[in-house]
Amino acid sequence: MTTPLVEVASISRSYSMRSGMFGRNTAVHAVDGVSLAIRKGETLGLVGESGSGKSTTGRIVLGLEPPDRGDVRFGGKPMAAPGTPAWRAQRARMQMIFQDPLGALDRRLPVAAQIREPLDIHGLGTSAEREERVRELLRAVELTPAHGVRYPGALSGGQRQRVVLARALATKPDFLVCDEPVSALDVSIQAQVVNLLCDLQAQLELTLLFISHDLRVVRQISNIVAVMYLGRIVEIGNADDLFARPEHPYTQALVSASPAPGRRSAGRIVLSGDPPNPAARPQGCAFHPRCPRAIARCAVETPVLAVVGADRQVACHLVTGPQAETRDAA
Amino acid sequence: MAPLISIERLSVAFNGVPVLRGVDLSLQQGEALGLVGESGSGKSVTWLAALGLLPRQAKVTGSVRLDGREILGAPAAELDRVRGGRVAMIFQDPASALNPVLTIRRQLCEALALHRDLSGEAVKAEARRLLDVVGIPDAKRRIEAYPHEFSGGQVQRIMIAMALAGHPDLLIADEPTTALDATIQAQILDLLATIRREMGMAMVLISHDLGVVAENCDRVAVMYAGRIVEEAPANQIFADPVHPYAQGLIGALPPLDGPRRRLTAIPGTVPDPARMPAGCAFAPRCSLAAEPCCVAAPSLAPISDGRSVACIRAEASRRALLGMAAE
Repeated sequence: MTTPLVEVASISRSYSMRSGMFGRNTAVHAVDGVSLAIRKGETLGLVGESGSGKSTTGRIVLGLEPPDRGDVRFGGKPMAAPGTPAWRAQRARMQMIFQDPLGALDRRLPVAAQIREPLDIHGLGTSAEREERVRELLRAVELTPAHGVRYPGALSGGQRQRVVLARALATKPDFLVCDEPVSALDVSIQAQVVNLLCDLQAQLELTLLFISHDLRVVRQISNIVAVMYLGRIVEIGNADDLFARPEHPYTQALVSASPAPGRRSAGRIVLSGDPPNPAARPQGCAFHPRCPRAIARCAVETPVLAVVGADRQVACHLVTGPQAETRDAA
Repeated sequence: MAPLISIERLSVAFNGVPVLRGVDLSLQQGEALGLVGESGSGKSVTWLAALGLLPRQAKVTGSVRLDGREILGAPAAELDRVRGGRVAMIFQDPASALNPVLTIRRQLCEALALHRDLSGEAVKAEARRLLDVVGIPDAKRRIEAYPHEFSGGQVQRIMIAMALAGHPDLLIADEPTTALDATIQAQILDLLATIRREMGMAMVLISHDLGVVAENCDRVAVMYAGRIVEEAPANQIFADPVHPYAQGLIGALPPLDGPRRRLTAIPGTVPDPARMPAGCAFAPRCSLAAEPCCVAAPSLAPISDGRSVACIRAEASRRALLGMAAE
């Protein structure tokens, strides 16, 4: 097996937050010991609810933020120190796409000029080559040169996200981090962008870290899916298999909560309790206060990711503990 | 049976630009109707116009009858009894619908005092009861808290409690769970279903999420560019959509199980309301469009029991779908 393009080894990141005007500083563990590996040309989908640490993970992987602990390796090498020439060269090979394309674009600059900007910054090609590359990129994302002279305000949401995608691809990156890239788009436009992303990935052999709360979109585009809850990965495995047979009670609830046309809500797992608060992480398994199957051990001991089956890792006492064995025996 | 509310030929124009172009809808007592469509299709405007909640520059025509009485252009005093009393509305962004500097008790009691003949201790007791109904734990103490002290899901529960204050016959829920996480969305939808069952309340669920609508409604209306293009019982529209746009919407939804397939994206974008194409508004994006489609806009016509479609190519569209299934 080849070495993965992106390797993330037990990264952690915490922020300090003050509660109230005279409150004490409390540490918020946004990401807590996350490890991932993405092979070249593959897509890893990261799902979870707000506050689960998926965006922070994406930012650390891209080097936009340093981890407190752990490290990220890209192409087998550790990330270079920010600001150095080596770092610049590495950064040209990895790009990011955000949820809000209007926020990511400059409203006062024609979009073709914005697609050209990374080429100028990284000094790629002559002026004529850059012009040609911009035309090529517009074509690749199914826009015309006529779109290029427009300002972001004169484009639709789907067209803006195509521009952001074109700009991200300008430096011919190997790796893209997509943070909720289609969440702000209408269903029919979302399908256009998802199809485009799949096509481009196949053509350019892109490696993707795809962050989203939308299970359907994640399944459509990912080979491997990791589910995060309060800063930790609770389950990771093959995309189709994970959604067909979720093992972790949280993944089961997430899959069951995803509404499906033609199915009535009978048998849906409705979790009790509030969404998790990263500032008040429960002891033991962070999910135990909302877990319908929690046992005494869950409140005390934090479960770690353990291999179950050929292609799956789960962090849950009920799946990996002695209970699971007795359940199988019975 | 006379419908609870019936909307006929409802049209809205903002500064001469038509955004709603003749909507007909009716709702029976206790029924749940889903309204789906993309942004700008007029799902929200339909109900804002019906309840007289649009700004003055909006030109609203048509008819909206509640229990047979015309409420479009009714005097303010009468509308005040309808809004919040007979018909309540909840919105996508619950946090901005509450006043951040007043306690939940003040805001709930205000709604109760307006719509119910209660006073003094009775108001407070009823406010606490409503919080219990919507599942806010420890209502007795929490009622003195401010909106920011609640999570997003809890704030939406409080909005639902306020909507219930006037014992409405109809609840308009405009994207009530769009801003919420998946597991919290499931809780809120579950709560709405329970309340509807217990109070026999009718509901209009406005959403861009086909799955949410399919699971929580009896009947679904699909809107496109200010018109209803298809109306059908919820179970039928997903199994057998007839209008090419409805088919496109369902094809664009990635499956959660089974084999992965390439998504059938609808090409192009929604037309600009100021430059609406002649004829059917969907024709420029439609793979089945024929010449007559660009001449006159098709009207919503019944095709079978409880189903109607606005498409002159409905038969061809159905054949195309069956042909695809047979392959």
